[in-house]
Order: sequence, then structure tokens, then C-alpha cells
Amino acid sequence: MEQINPRSRRDAYGKKINRDHSPALVYGVPCVTIMLGSLFPLLPVIAPAPIMPPMGLMVLLAWRLLRPGLLPLWVGFPFGLFDDLFSGQPLGSGIMLFSLALIALDLLELRLPWRNFWQNWLTGAVVLTVYLLLAAIVSGADFRLAHFGLLLPQLLLAILLFPIISSLIVLLDRGRLMRVRRIG
Amino acid sequence: MAPPKAHRSGSNKRAQMGLFAGYVLAGASAAIGAVLLGISLWSPQTFQGLRAMALDLASPAGQAGAATRVQSRSLFEAIAGYYDAGSRNAELSREMAIARVRLAEAEALRQENQRLKAALDLIEGEELGQVAVARLIGSSSSSSRRFAFISAGSRDGVRPGMPVTSPMGLIGRVVETGSSTARILLLTDSGSMIPVRRATDNVVAFAEGRADGSLRIRLINLGINPLEEGDVFVTSGAGGIFRPGIAVAMVTEVTEDGAIAQLLSNPAATDVVIVEPIWQRPAIEAAERELSAQSSVD
Repeated sequence: MEQINPRSRRDAYGKKINRDHSPALVYGVPCVTIMLGSLFPLLPVIAPAPIMPPMGLMVLLAWRLLRPGLLPLWVGFPFGLFDDLFSGQPLGSGIMLFSLALIALDLLELRLPWRNFWQNWLTGAVVLTVYLLLAAIVSGADFRLAHFGLLLPQLLLAILLFPIISSLIVLLDRGRLMRVRRIG
Repeated sequence: MAPPKAHRSGSNKRAQMGLFAGYVLAGASAAIGAVLLGISLWSPQTFQGLRAMALDLASPAGQAGAATRVQSRSLFEAIAGYYDAGSRNAELSREMAIARVRLAEAEALRQENQRLKAALDLIEGEELGQVAVARLIGSSSSSSRRFAFISAGSRDGVRPGMPVTSPMGLIGRVVETGSSTARILLLTDSGSMIPVRRATDNVVAFAEGRADGSLRIRLINLGINPLEEGDVFVTSGAGGIFRPGIAVAMVTEVTEDGAIAQLLSNPAATDVVIVEPIWQRPAIEAAERELSAQSSVD
């Protein structure tokens, strides 16, 4: 078989014989990237107004849309808690909003199981919009209706960045599923 | 793309239970989040130990970033410099000429000041020390609250309440401290309010943070609004915490009951900040002096 086609026993994720996925990579890569997203406030950007998109949530959404069964549904609790530690929001807002976002995605998926690029983008945009609005309301800041205009630059940036982050996650997903573990 | 199989539990009892448990757990974590949110809105300091610890652990990354920020900013400035070099040059030489005159005037003023002080036999005001010098390592750039993180904590003597300044003026005050990091409430947070006065006279006001990076100046004595564009406000020292005379903001827009002002020390353009001790001792001393003066009069 090899003489006819040298790549016959390989696929995009490497050799198929004697090799398997590494659990550390399979589950570690999503967790680490989501947590790195939550560490974005430690980037040296001292912002006078909210401008940075909520990276932790965006990476979580991208993984969730790409691999729905990969992370359990309750994962909003640990990642939301981690996000709250650095985001400046009162503790609990991330836990609540991340969990609600995951439940909403799940319910949406029951109704619209088929997906494509535009639908993913639209889903991400809607979730991000609702998240940013709710996060501003529960942030404890003195937030009036007139201030919602302040969220627009951040929202626009988040929506524009979402497909880019999604495709980045697709790249990471290929690395994640490389068969690096040797069996036997 | 084909529909994912995650939801097809089919007639498998175990898969159905797993799916159901997932929803229950997710709903429960949302509910726990809501409760925690309520607690932290009701008493914001409840979880400060947790946050401070996390920030301490993660701060090396922030510090490395803060060091590169200074370098990368100068790089961008250097690139931007090529674009408007000509007009910038002309403008700078004109400003230079004006500045020379001003410098001479300032020198004259300084001499006059020295002379008058000597005549009055005034002692230079006691310089307040600094608690720590730190870098700004990050900020809550994705939240509606305006917090920043600095690279000095309780190990360096930083305590909650201490004012944080830069050479250009006031930045904010410390709200939480970890052992090597601290969280500061920036002046532009809507929860921040500081007593200020106009630098030229004694028009007193409160500077209240607005979420968009500017300050609202609220006059204490209502009446005819005496403010004009370009007025500079400094801290008044009323109520303690901030020593008087730290530059805060400049008026850019006059409103009916005060003004909108821009910060003088933009935290975005600052990398090294100074944590100052809480200013109260001189106030107590002054009060004691007054009291003793009163008692001697009596």
C-alpha cells in the first residue's frame, strides 16, 4: 500500500498506525487559550474607556462553535470565575454571563443544527452584543442610557475580531488533534 | 458542515441523563454567579483577597508587557514622526521661540518668589514622601469600570486609600492590595469623586468620573457658573487622602452646572507612577494649631 501512496496511512493529523491523540493537548489547548484570553487586561493597554473586546468569552465562544461537545456545559463557572479575577467586573458577573451564553448557544443549536461561517459570525455577534450590554449594566458603574454609545467601539471591535479569532482557533484545533502519543 | 452529534442522545438513557445533568449544572452555575454578583455589588471588598492573589500570580506577565509598552510606544512615535516632520518642525520652532520668552518670565517670577518668601520668612512646605514607585501593568480595558493594576503592593508599603500620581498629575487611588500588586481606581471611573478647586482661585468643586475618560466638574456653590474653557483644576485637600495642589484636569466644555474636563495625566501615556501616603497628618496638625490658638485666645 505504501508503495502506491506513501501518505496512505496518514491523514491531516499525522500517522494513523501506532499513534493517538494526546489528552493533554486535546483538553489543554482549549483551556489554556481561553484563560490566556481572560488575561488580556494584563496587556499594557491603559484604556480611558472600554475598548478591548472580551477576549476570554470570544475564545470560549469560538471553541464552543467549532467543537460543541468538547467542553461540558458547566464550564462557564470556572472560566467565568477566572475572567472575573482580572476583568475588573464585580466577581460573579463573568460566571453568570458565561454560563448563560453557553446555555443560549446550546438551545440555539437544538433549533439550528446546521451551521456555516456567516451563521457562526451572526451568533457570535449577537452573544457578544448581549454580553457587553449586560456586563455594563451589572458592572456596578453608574451607567445611564446615554452611555451605551460608549460601548459601540468595543462592540464593533469585538464583532470584527470574532471571525479572526475563530479561524485562529481552527488552526489551534489542528495542532490540538495531532497524533503525538505513541501506543505500545 | 454536518450537524454535530453531541445532542443526539437518542434512546440511550445514560446519554440522556448526562445531557440533562449538563443543563442542571450550567443553570446552577449561572445561579451561583448571580448570587456572587449580588454579594460583590453589595459589598465590593468581599472577594478582594482572591482577586489580589490572582493578580499577584499573573503579574510577571504584566510587568514584562509594561516594559515593552514603553519601547513599542517610542517605536510607533518614531514611525509617526516621519509623516508630519515638516509641519511639526515649523510648529516646534515657533513654540520654541514662545517658550524661551516664557522661560525668561518664569525665571523672573521664580526670583521674585524667592525674594518675597525670604521677606516673609516662610519655610518651604514639608515635602511629602513617596511610598513606592511602580509601573502601570494593565487596566480593566474590556470592562465598564476603570481600574488599573500597578506593580507595587503591601510588601512595598502600599495600603488601600493611598493616592497614586504621575509627574503630570493625579491618576487615582489604591483600592485593593496584593503582596506585590495593587489595584487602583482611576479618576475616570464613575465611582470616583474627588474634591478639587480651580488652580487660580478658590472655586471649589467635585470632580466626578465619567465612563468615557473625562471628568464632570460639579461646582459646590451653585449660581453663575464662573468656569471657562482652559481652567485647570487641582486637588483641594478637603477631606484628607489627596494632598492639596496635585493637578487633576482641564476644562474643555462648560455646562450649566459645572464643566466637562479632560484629565491632565492621561494614564495611557504614563508608565511609571508614584504611590503617595494618605494625606491627613498636616490637616490634623493644622486643626490642632487652630485649636491651641483658639484656647490661647480664650
